[in-house]
Amino acid sequence: MSRLFPHPGLTALLALMWMVMVGEVSFGALFLGLLVGVIVPIVTAPWWPGRPKLRFLPAAAYCGIVLWDIVVANFQVAAIILFKRTRDLRPAWLTIPLDLASPEAITVFAGTISLTPGTVSADVSACGKYLLVHALHAPDPAAEIAKVKARYEARLKGIFA
Amino acid sequence: MTAASAAEWIVSALIVIGAGLALVGSWGLVRLPSLMERLHGPTKASTLGLGAILIGSAAWFHLVRGVWTSHELLVSVFLFMTAPISANMIAKVHLHRLRAREASEPAGPAGAPAVPPGGADWATHEAPHEGTPGDFVGD
Repeated sequence: MSRLFPHPGLTALLALMWMVMVGEVSFGALFLGLLVGVIVPIVTAPWWPGRPKLRFLPAAAYCGIVLWDIVVANFQVAAIILFKRTRDLRPAWLTIPLDLASPEAITVFAGTISLTPGTVSADVSACGKYLLVHALHAPDPAAEIAKVKARYEARLKGIFA
Repeated sequence: MTAASAAEWIVSALIVIGAGLALVGSWGLVRLPSLMERLHGPTKASTLGLGAILIGSAAWFHLVRGVWTSHELLVSVFLFMTAPISANMIAKVHLHRLRAREASEPAGPAGAPAVPPGGADWATHEAPHEGTPGDFVGD
Protein backbone atom coordinates (compact mmCIF):
# COMPACT_ATOMS: atom_id res chain seq x y z
CA MET A 1 0.00 0.00 0.00
CA SER A 2 2.60 2.55 1.05
CA ARG A 3 4.94 1.40 -1.77
CA LEU A 4 2.23 1.95 -4.36
CA PHE A 5 0.80 5.13 -2.77
CA PRO A 6 3.69 6.71 -0.85
CA HIS A 7 1.85 10.04 -0.64
CA PRO A 8 -1.96 9.72 -1.00
CA GLY A 9 -2.47 13.47 -0.47
CA LEU A 10 -0.16 14.27 -3.40
CA THR A 11 -1.95 11.66 -5.52
CA ALA A 12 -5.32 13.31 -4.85
CA LEU A 13 -3.88 16.80 -5.43
CA LEU A 14 -2.27 15.83 -8.75
CA ALA A 15 -5.47 14.12 -9.96
CA LEU A 16 -7.47 17.23 -9.02
CA MET A 17 -4.94 19.57 -10.68
CA TRP A 18 -5.07 17.41 -13.81
CA MET A 19 -8.84 17.72 -14.03
CA VAL A 20 -8.64 21.48 -13.44
CA MET A 21 -6.06 21.71 -16.24
CA VAL A 22 -8.15 19.64 -18.65
CA GLY A 23 -11.13 21.74 -17.58
CA GLU A 24 -13.69 18.95 -17.34
CA VAL A 25 -14.99 16.42 -14.85
CA SER A 26 -15.07 13.16 -16.78
CA PHE A 27 -14.02 9.56 -16.34
CA GLY A 28 -11.20 9.98 -18.88
CA ALA A 29 -9.78 13.05 -17.12
CA LEU A 30 -10.04 11.35 -13.73
CA PHE A 31 -8.30 8.23 -15.06
CA LEU A 32 -5.37 10.12 -16.60
CA GLY A 33 -5.14 12.36 -13.51
CA LEU A 34 -4.99 9.36 -11.20
CA LEU A 35 -2.35 7.77 -13.47
CA VAL A 36 -0.17 10.89 -13.12
CA GLY A 37 -1.03 11.08 -9.41
CA VAL A 38 0.17 7.51 -8.81
CA ILE A 39 3.35 7.64 -10.92
CA VAL A 40 4.72 11.05 -9.83
CA PRO A 41 4.83 10.31 -6.04
CA ILE A 42 6.55 6.95 -6.68
CA VAL A 43 9.22 8.57 -8.87
CA THR A 44 9.79 11.58 -6.59
CA ALA A 45 9.66 9.72 -3.23
CA PRO A 46 13.46 9.92 -2.63
CA TRP A 47 13.27 13.75 -2.55
CA TRP A 48 10.94 14.10 0.42
CA PRO A 49 12.21 12.00 3.30
CA GLY A 50 10.52 12.44 6.69
CA ARG A 51 7.69 14.69 5.53
CA PRO A 52 5.57 16.23 8.29
CA LYS A 53 1.93 15.47 9.03
CA LEU A 54 -0.48 18.30 8.28
CA ARG A 55 -3.67 19.26 10.09
CA PHE A 56 -6.20 19.91 7.38
CA LEU A 57 -8.71 22.29 8.98
CA PRO A 58 -6.17 24.76 10.44
CA ALA A 59 -4.39 24.64 7.06
CA ALA A 60 -7.60 25.60 5.22
CA ALA A 61 -8.25 28.43 7.71
CA TYR A 62 -4.65 29.60 7.23
CA CYS A 63 -5.12 29.72 3.42
CA GLY A 64 -8.21 31.90 3.94
CA ILE A 65 -6.37 34.33 6.23
CA VAL A 66 -3.41 34.56 3.85
CA LEU A 67 -5.66 35.18 0.82
CA TRP A 68 -7.43 37.98 2.70
CA ASP A 69 -4.09 39.46 3.78
CA ILE A 70 -2.84 39.36 0.18
CA VAL A 71 -5.81 41.50 -0.90
CA VAL A 72 -5.24 43.96 1.98
CA ALA A 73 -1.47 43.95 1.33
CA ASN A 74 -1.99 44.88 -2.30
CA PHE A 75 -3.90 48.01 -1.39
CA GLN A 76 -1.48 48.96 1.41
CA VAL A 77 1.54 48.61 -0.88
CA ALA A 78 -0.29 50.43 -3.69
CA ALA A 79 -1.02 53.30 -1.26
CA ILE A 80 2.64 53.44 -0.18
CA ILE A 81 3.83 53.47 -3.80
CA LEU A 82 1.38 56.20 -4.80
CA PHE A 83 1.29 58.51 -1.79
CA LYS A 84 4.29 58.05 0.50
CA ARG A 85 7.24 60.32 -0.19
CA THR A 86 10.59 58.54 -0.44
CA ARG A 87 12.00 60.49 2.51
CA ASP A 88 9.10 59.32 4.73
CA LEU A 89 9.64 55.69 3.76
CA ARG A 90 11.31 53.56 6.47
CA PRO A 91 12.55 50.34 4.82
CA ALA A 92 14.22 47.91 7.24
CA TRP A 93 15.84 44.49 7.46
CA LEU A 94 14.09 42.27 10.01
CA THR A 95 15.83 39.31 11.64
CA ILE A 96 12.95 37.08 12.75
CA PRO A 97 13.81 34.38 15.33
CA LEU A 98 12.11 31.14 14.26
CA ASP A 99 10.15 28.86 16.59
CA LEU A 100 9.31 26.56 13.67
CA ALA A 101 11.70 23.66 13.19
CA SER A 102 10.65 21.68 10.11
CA PRO A 103 11.97 22.89 6.72
CA GLU A 104 8.48 22.61 5.20
CA ALA A 105 6.97 24.88 7.88
CA ILE A 106 9.79 27.44 7.50
CA THR A 107 9.29 27.38 3.71
CA VAL A 108 5.55 28.06 4.04
CA PHE A 109 6.28 30.83 6.59
CA ALA A 110 8.83 32.47 4.25
CA GLY A 111 6.47 32.16 1.28
CA THR A 112 3.63 33.73 3.28
CA ILE A 113 5.86 36.63 4.32
CA SER A 114 6.77 37.26 0.68
CA LEU A 115 3.12 37.29 -0.40
CA THR A 116 1.75 39.55 2.36
CA PRO A 117 1.94 43.20 3.56
CA GLY A 118 5.11 44.95 2.43
CA THR A 119 7.54 42.20 3.39
CA VAL A 120 9.82 39.95 1.30
CA SER A 121 11.77 37.07 2.83
CA ALA A 122 15.40 37.08 1.68
CA ASP A 123 17.22 34.28 3.47
CA VAL A 124 17.37 31.87 6.40
CA SER A 125 20.37 31.57 8.72
CA ALA A 126 22.76 28.63 8.31
CA CYS A 127 21.73 27.37 11.76
CA GLY A 128 18.04 27.46 10.72
CA LYS A 129 17.01 29.68 13.65
CA TYR A 130 16.53 33.08 11.98
CA LEU A 131 14.75 34.39 8.92
CA LEU A 132 15.97 37.49 7.07
CA VAL A 133 13.09 39.65 5.87
CA HIS A 134 13.02 43.01 4.12
CA ALA A 135 10.14 45.33 5.01
CA LEU A 136 9.09 48.12 2.67
CA HIS A 137 7.87 50.37 5.47
CA ALA A 138 8.59 49.40 9.10
CA PRO A 139 9.00 52.42 11.42
CA ASP A 140 8.97 49.96 14.36
CA PRO A 141 10.80 46.74 13.31
CA ALA A 142 10.19 44.97 16.66
CA ALA A 143 6.41 45.45 16.35
CA GLU A 144 6.50 44.20 12.76
CA ILE A 145 8.37 41.04 13.85
CA ALA A 146 5.89 40.43 16.69
CA LYS A 147 2.94 40.90 14.31
CA VAL A 148 4.24 38.42 11.73
CA LYS A 149 5.09 35.85 14.40
CA ALA A 150 1.68 36.12 16.06
CA ARG A 151 -0.36 36.13 12.86
CA TYR A 152 1.41 33.44 10.80
CA GLU A 153 4.02 31.54 12.77
CA ALA A 154 1.73 30.71 15.70
CA ARG A 155 -0.87 29.31 13.27
CA LEU A 156 1.75 27.34 11.33
CA LYS A 157 2.86 25.71 14.58
CA GLY A 158 -0.68 24.36 14.90
CA ILE A 159 -0.69 23.08 11.32
CA PHE A 160 2.72 21.37 11.33
CA ALA A 161 2.25 19.85 14.77
CA MET B 1 -29.45 48.44 -20.36
CA THR B 2 -29.63 44.80 -21.40
CA ALA B 3 -28.44 41.79 -19.41
CA ALA B 4 -25.50 41.25 -21.71
CA SER B 5 -24.23 44.76 -21.11
CA ALA B 6 -24.44 44.27 -17.32
CA ALA B 7 -22.10 41.29 -17.68
CA GLU B 8 -19.80 43.39 -19.82
CA TRP B 9 -19.78 46.11 -17.15
CA ILE B 10 -18.68 43.63 -14.48
CA VAL B 11 -15.94 42.15 -16.66
CA SER B 12 -14.73 45.58 -17.78
CA ALA B 13 -14.56 46.83 -14.19
CA LEU B 14 -12.49 43.80 -13.12
CA ILE B 15 -10.09 44.24 -16.04
CA VAL B 16 -9.66 47.97 -15.40
CA ILE B 17 -9.07 47.41 -11.64
CA GLY B 18 -6.56 44.66 -12.44
CA ALA B 19 -4.74 46.72 -15.03
CA GLY B 20 -4.69 49.69 -12.62
CA LEU B 21 -3.08 47.64 -9.84
CA ALA B 22 -0.52 46.22 -12.28
CA LEU B 23 0.26 49.76 -13.40
CA VAL B 24 0.79 50.85 -9.77
CA GLY B 25 3.18 47.89 -9.31
CA SER B 26 5.15 48.98 -12.36
CA TRP B 27 5.18 52.60 -11.16
CA GLY B 28 6.66 51.26 -7.89
CA LEU B 29 9.56 49.82 -9.89
CA VAL B 30 10.27 53.29 -11.25
CA ARG B 31 9.91 55.42 -8.13
CA LEU B 32 11.06 53.32 -5.14
CA PRO B 33 14.63 54.14 -4.03
CA SER B 34 16.57 50.87 -4.33
CA LEU B 35 16.46 47.23 -5.38
CA MET B 36 14.99 45.72 -2.19
CA GLU B 37 12.15 48.28 -2.08
CA ARG B 38 11.48 47.71 -5.78
CA LEU B 39 11.02 43.98 -5.12
CA HIS B 40 7.83 44.80 -3.19
CA GLY B 41 6.01 46.31 -6.16
CA PRO B 42 5.92 43.32 -8.51
CA THR B 43 5.36 40.72 -5.74
CA LYS B 44 2.33 42.55 -4.30
CA ALA B 45 0.47 45.11 -6.33
CA SER B 46 0.71 43.02 -9.47
CA THR B 47 -0.43 39.72 -7.89
CA LEU B 48 -3.84 41.20 -7.08
CA GLY B 49 -3.81 43.02 -10.41
CA LEU B 50 -3.37 39.75 -12.24
CA GLY B 51 -5.90 38.13 -9.86
CA ALA B 52 -8.57 40.68 -10.81
CA ILE B 53 -7.86 40.20 -14.53
CA LEU B 54 -8.10 36.40 -14.10
CA ILE B 55 -11.42 36.73 -12.24
CA GLY B 56 -12.55 38.98 -15.08
CA SER B 57 -11.55 36.29 -17.56
CA ALA B 58 -13.42 33.57 -15.67
CA ALA B 59 -16.46 35.87 -15.31
CA TRP B 60 -16.45 36.60 -19.05
CA PHE B 61 -16.43 32.90 -19.93
CA HIS B 62 -19.24 32.26 -17.45
CA LEU B 63 -21.46 35.28 -18.10
CA VAL B 64 -20.97 35.74 -21.85
CA ARG B 65 -20.08 32.25 -23.08
CA GLY B 66 -22.04 30.38 -20.40
CA VAL B 67 -19.22 27.97 -19.51
CA TRP B 68 -17.17 27.52 -16.34
CA THR B 69 -13.40 27.65 -16.86
CA SER B 70 -10.83 26.44 -14.37
CA HIS B 71 -7.59 27.53 -16.04
CA GLU B 72 -7.60 30.91 -14.26
CA LEU B 73 -7.48 29.07 -10.94
CA LEU B 74 -4.36 27.16 -12.04
CA VAL B 75 -2.67 30.34 -13.30
CA SER B 76 -3.18 32.05 -9.92
CA VAL B 77 -2.00 28.98 -7.97
CA PHE B 78 1.23 28.81 -9.98
CA LEU B 79 1.67 32.57 -9.70
CA PHE B 80 1.38 32.42 -5.90
CA MET B 81 3.86 29.54 -5.79
CA THR B 82 6.49 31.13 -8.05
CA ALA B 83 6.37 34.85 -7.11
CA PRO B 84 8.04 34.42 -3.66
CA ILE B 85 10.76 32.19 -5.17
CA SER B 86 11.83 34.66 -7.84
CA ALA B 87 11.77 37.51 -5.30
CA ASN B 88 13.87 35.34 -2.96
CA MET B 89 16.46 34.62 -5.68
CA ILE B 90 16.82 38.33 -6.53
CA ALA B 91 17.22 39.15 -2.81
CA LYS B 92 19.96 36.51 -2.44
CA VAL B 93 21.91 37.86 -5.43
CA HIS B 94 21.59 41.31 -3.82
CA LEU B 95 23.03 39.95 -0.52
CA HIS B 96 26.03 38.45 -2.35
CA ARG B 97 26.74 41.56 -4.37
CA LEU B 98 26.47 43.71 -1.22
CA ARG B 99 28.95 41.48 0.58
CA ALA B 100 31.32 41.56 -2.40
CA ARG B 101 31.05 45.39 -2.36
CA GLU B 102 30.13 45.62 -6.02
CA ALA B 103 30.31 49.29 -7.03
CA SER B 104 27.11 48.92 -9.06
CA GLU B 105 25.16 47.47 -6.07
CA PRO B 106 24.45 50.22 -3.54
CA ALA B 107 22.77 49.25 -0.26
CA GLY B 108 19.26 50.73 0.01
CA PRO B 109 17.98 53.09 2.72
CA ALA B 110 17.82 50.09 5.08
CA GLY B 111 21.58 49.51 4.73
CA ALA B 112 23.13 46.06 4.58
CA PRO B 113 21.40 43.36 6.69
CA ALA B 114 23.00 42.48 10.03
CA VAL B 115 24.57 39.05 10.55
CA PRO B 116 22.13 36.87 12.56
CA PRO B 117 22.85 36.40 16.27
CA GLY B 118 24.43 33.14 17.42
CA GLY B 119 27.53 32.74 15.26
CA ALA B 120 25.91 31.38 12.09
CA ASP B 121 25.84 33.47 8.91
CA TRP B 122 22.92 33.68 6.45
CA ALA B 123 22.51 30.43 4.51
CA THR B 124 23.40 31.99 1.17
CA HIS B 125 26.91 32.72 2.50
CA GLU B 126 27.45 29.55 4.47
CA ALA B 127 26.54 25.84 4.20
CA PRO B 128 23.76 24.65 6.56
CA HIS B 129 25.11 23.62 9.95
CA GLU B 130 24.90 19.99 10.96
CA GLY B 131 21.59 19.15 12.61
CA THR B 132 19.67 22.11 11.20
CA PRO B 133 16.21 21.55 9.74
CA GLY B 134 16.59 20.41 6.14
CA ASP B 135 20.02 18.90 6.70
CA PHE B 136 19.38 15.42 5.35
CA VAL B 137 22.94 14.13 5.84
CA GLY B 138 21.70 11.85 8.62
CA ASP B 139 18.89 10.27 6.56
